[in-house]
Amino acid sequence: MTMLRMRSFLPPLLFTVAYAVVSLGVTNSYYQLILTLVPVWAVFGLSWNLLSGYTGLISFGHAAFFGIGAYATALGQIYFDISPWLLIPIAAVLGGIAGLLIGFPTFRLQGHYFALAMLAYPLAILYVFEWLGYQEVTLPIKRDAPIAYMQFSDPHLYTLLGLALMLATIVLTQVIERSRFGMALLAIKQNEAAAEAAGINTLAWKLRAITLSGAIAAVIGGFYAQVLLVVTPASVFGMLVSAQALTVAMFGGVGTVWGPVIGSVILIPLAEVLHAEAGARIPGIQGVIFGIAIVCVILLAPEGLFWKLRDLLRKRNAAKASASDTVEKAAANVTPLRPASQRAAAGEVVLEVRNLSRSFGGLKAVQDVNFKLHKNEILGIIGPNGAGKTTLFNLLNGFLKPSQGEVLIGGRNMSGQRPHVICEAGIGRTFQVMRPFLRMSILDNVVVGAYIRARTDDQARQFAADAVARVGLSAVADRVAGELSTKELRLMELARAIAGQPRILLLDETLAGLGHGEADEVVAVIQQLARDGITIAIIEHTMQAMVRLVDRFLVLDHGAVITEGLPEVVTRDSRVVEAYLGKKWAGHAAN
Amino acid sequence: MEGFFQALAAGLLIGAVYGLMCVGLGLIFGVMRVINFAHGDFMMLGMYTAFYLFTAAGVQTLFGNTVGPFVAILLAGPVLAVFGYFVHRTLISHVSGTRTASLEGEGHYAQLILTLGIALILQNGGLIVFGSVLASIRTPLSSSAWELGPFFDMSIFLNKARSIDMIVSLAIMILLSLLIMRTRIGKSLRAAADNPTAATYMGIDVDRAHRTAFALGCGITAIAGGLLATNYPFHPFVGLEYVIVMYAGVVLGGMGSIIGAFWGGMTIGLVQQMSTLILPTQLQNAAIFAVFLLIVFFRPQGFFGRMVERT
Repeated sequence: MTMLRMRSFLPPLLFTVAYAVVSLGVTNSYYQLILTLVPVWAVFGLSWNLLSGYTGLISFGHAAFFGIGAYATALGQIYFDISPWLLIPIAAVLGGIAGLLIGFPTFRLQGHYFALAMLAYPLAILYVFEWLGYQEVTLPIKRDAPIAYMQFSDPHLYTLLGLALMLATIVLTQVIERSRFGMALLAIKQNEAAAEAAGINTLAWKLRAITLSGAIAAVIGGFYAQVLLVVTPASVFGMLVSAQALTVAMFGGVGTVWGPVIGSVILIPLAEVLHAEAGARIPGIQGVIFGIAIVCVILLAPEGLFWKLRDLLRKRNAAKASASDTVEKAAANVTPLRPASQRAAAGEVVLEVRNLSRSFGGLKAVQDVNFKLHKNEILGIIGPNGAGKTTLFNLLNGFLKPSQGEVLIGGRNMSGQRPHVICEAGIGRTFQVMRPFLRMSILDNVVVGAYIRARTDDQARQFAADAVARVGLSAVADRVAGELSTKELRLMELARAIAGQPRILLLDETLAGLGHGEADEVVAVIQQLARDGITIAIIEHTMQAMVRLVDRFLVLDHGAVITEGLPEVVTRDSRVVEAYLGKKWAGHAAN
Repeated sequence: MEGFFQALAAGLLIGAVYGLMCVGLGLIFGVMRVINFAHGDFMMLGMYTAFYLFTAAGVQTLFGNTVGPFVAILLAGPVLAVFGYFVHRTLISHVSGTRTASLEGEGHYAQLILTLGIALILQNGGLIVFGSVLASIRTPLSSSAWELGPFFDMSIFLNKARSIDMIVSLAIMILLSLLIMRTRIGKSLRAAADNPTAATYMGIDVDRAHRTAFALGCGITAIAGGLLATNYPFHPFVGLEYVIVMYAGVVLGGMGSIIGAFWGGMTIGLVQQMSTLILPTQLQNAAIFAVFLLIVFFRPQGFFGRMVERT
């Protein structure tokens, strides 16, 4: 494990060293400046990527942090005569605090609302700084102690310092990527609700991400001020600064540590050289060429260069490997469990629902539902479309707060708790709509669910590997989710839910979209889980599979329980037939 | 007190034009859910188109100095609509609409950076073609005013050009509402905005609805830009100043609501003008963003929006 980790730090280290060697060979001071700006914007892109690339919450306002760092570094020297060696760490603290202050209210917003609200922060600050009279702040020149004030006569040193910051940020990002932190962020990106259900306190992780991201952006903003020695509101808080972070990250590829670096290495020199060479002759032509370059690359690689290249490489490797690929298939074995009556009646009550109701406006989606779930039992919840089945699950796992009633888990009333708290109490769940990370391996997809119980990253991997084995996907655990069939994806979802070692599992239409044989395989897995001691409540439409799987049925219609009991009794109940097929057929069935 | 009413009147006049500007963007955003960073630059093109139609294409000689500018401004709308149609067809449609299903984040990343690229091309291309000298579409009305009142010893002055700007804005809003509520095109736009998948099942060509929305949005914003240009000088980079106002207006109004975007723009105009009563002018724009954030925190779905997120 540690070996593997060390090895992944090698490419960034090699890249940094190679870059440093090249930069030491450059003597032209203008080119040297460009070489310094590349790591600066790469770090800024990485800080943006840390928040937006991994959580999917796009920030248009990262200039706020960058500018705070730049102004802190500049004003600290002017007013308090503090060295930038000290001011830049202070800037990091300020940037982190700003991240927390901005994040806390803004994370209430979702999607585009979040992105656009973020736009407002740097611009509001920009005008305040202009009004305060900081239109152009020049850093004081310290001839007596240049090194103590980070004012190097040899520009190479700026490049090296910038590279050191970049290497540190890359390594930090890589560590985060592999840890519980990174997994939590990716889970948020995939489906925030599902992440909560998997036991992740999404708000807490998002706040950590924006705090760290703000701190990094402020550090690099401070360094930028030190390199240029002049700070203006537009050059550090401006819209184009925020756009720079997006541009380098998206051009290179979002959600990977290499994306912002690739973007910066290509775009920054291109922009600067165009500016110097072409811009002098025809002002504006540099922007046009730069814009055309971006447009062309994005049309060819809409997700950025890194992902395009990786997909191409993968395709080539896949073509080579396909010859030797052997298909192995787990045989489906559907064996009847012990008679249901024996198991269900004996067990203790692990989940009890009392008078649970929820209405949306005038619509009573769930009304006065009562039932008990016994240890080791498989309860099937059926009912026509719109009967309130999924709403019931949403109430059980905390997505929705009940208007009335109680949900007792192991005897404790948990109704109205946040989903991640309920998950911690031992309730796992799967969803009707699957949203896997298509580019991640099955194992990585499953690890997300394991952190709720695991104390260390290694333990989480262990739990995930166990869960993958229990659903029979071990053979394909390294494949990326994008290559899987619907059945395998369903099993993967199941694995993610059991990786958190739940006592109770809520399965929402786990068999949907599966063929006959495939459904049998999944049913066999669910039966095995029940044998291993997990209590299961399952929503399903495929009656054939359900009759063989479940111990007891709970039938909902119009949000209320119409009947409850053993499969053979429930399926003959005329009220059930009527709810599904209408009155006419209920008559037929009775005859 | 007189200052208050004067600021209120100024806010209403400028707010109506901001409103129209936001409606253009709101239409695109509402129907396509694409964040178009180049929209301010489409407006810049609209301003220059109106400018050249007026000065170089004979509108000035045909209609004179008073009516001419408004004729040129209205003509710039269709010109930019055609331009927008082609930009969508050749570039934006590749990363939006039904083609994006397979992309990470439904193609949002690609849309953002693509429109940033387009913005760069338009701004710098504008610099090459139009030069960096400030231009404006002046009419004799720009520097004269009607006096309302006096009521209770105070009079309010309404700039004539801005008043006509407001009337034109409102007229176009009404026409647009009729188009959207009454016609078949409007219906397909609303359907595509509401639920693209369901609209496809109902036989609506969603990509075509997107093209229509994009063209229409560009045309409307171009007209709003032309109206602004009767009072505010402009340059090739003017789009950057307005695109943020536009997005603030759209978010305030509630994404997906076209009439909401109008009220969002109106709110911004009012805040901008009224803030001068208590704040120094440099903080006018800071006030816009502060009010924007406050409203968004207390009403995240905007004035007219609804929460559509589903689990």
